[in-house]
Amino acid sequence: MSKPVEITNENFEELVLNATDPVLVDFWAPWCGPCRMMGPIVDEIAEETPSIIVGKVNVDDEPELATKYNINSIPTLLLFKSGAVRNTLIGLHTKQDIINEIF
Amino acid sequence: MYDCIIIGKGPAGISGAIYISRSNLKVLVIGKDDTALKKAHLIENYYGFENPITGEELFEIGIKQAEKQNIEIKNDEVIDIKWNDNFFTVITVNAEYEAKTILLATGKSRNSANINGLKEFEGRGISYCAICDGFFYKNKKIAVIGSGEYALHEAEILKNISDDVTIFTNGRELPQNRSIEVTNYIEGKIDAIKGKEKASKIVLEDNTEYKVDGIFIAEGTASSVDFAKKLGIFLDNNNIKVDENMQTNIPGIYAAGDCTGGLLQISKAVYDGAKSGLSIAKKVKNI
Repeated sequence: MSKPVEITNENFEELVLNATDPVLVDFWAPWCGPCRMMGPIVDEIAEETPSIIVGKVNVDDEPELATKYNINSIPTLLLFKSGAVRNTLIGLHTKQDIINEIF
Repeated sequence: MYDCIIIGKGPAGISGAIYISRSNLKVLVIGKDDTALKKAHLIENYYGFENPITGEELFEIGIKQAEKQNIEIKNDEVIDIKWNDNFFTVITVNAEYEAKTILLATGKSRNSANINGLKEFEGRGISYCAICDGFFYKNKKIAVIGSGEYALHEAEILKNISDDVTIFTNGRELPQNRSIEVTNYIEGKIDAIKGKEKASKIVLEDNTEYKVDGIFIAEGTASSVDFAKKLGIFLDNNNIKVDENMQTNIPGIYAAGDCTGGLLQISKAVYDGAKSGLSIAKKVKNI
């Protein structure tokens, strides 16, 4: 059982870019309704998929990361492998859709 | 605070209101008169009418039936719904109301803009939610596509983020007696939204081009599907997903009628309204 980690500009390189396992990053904000519904789904994926690291970026706190990865709609999920973005999923999706489309 | 606010006063909304009211709960129905039912010339396949009835007549009879049962109905346009911890705030052009539960019953969304490039750039410079995505366009050039009170409301939210907000009415006129005064609007018909990685310009049919950083879609009257997208309600093929009790994935928000897909028939809308009304009554009473 693992929980999502909070990703910041400071720990991004260490936790995401240098990770040996794939990293699923959820860009979200507390004032975004669809993000509020997506949060528990991302938590479930973290619990059920120990082979990946799941992280969350609060765009309110970390606007630099959102700009760097051209995020202009939330929620957005990015899948990183070996330090590079391998897949992107924009908007609210069911757990099954996320698993089917992003992995 | 209302036990339930119903958005839409067609067959689904009014049926829901009757069941909720008969459970001795406080219900408010808010809607405009522009229902799809009015477009039905003669209805001959609905139970109980010996002679065909027009959609408009049936719509009006439904409202009168509810009024006779002392159900509160307001002729107003809902432009936003806010989800608080234990209740919802419904914002209309004229007022704000609070409720424990919401029933979305606005009918099927028929106002999605059919503009070249719209689908292509969704999530890449095109958004349906000013509150969610306005953040990414701070002090940038923002366009709102739409011509009603809903578009004015979205533009107003975005004006807190940028001074450069223009409404593109796409060939329509802004409301005559509008609630918010706007000066920055363009009335030409839109030919396409263009860009490379993301949407970057709006091209009108007369070939005039406008550079933009972000485009927000708010066409027509906000529908149940528009509210669903902002709130985080799951959709399936642009229909609202509901469980066996007509509840969406947000506890306390229900949906009924055409906006949930399936048969676009009065009989189905009436069933949905009844089912959701009973489910809402059970939820509010904690049965």
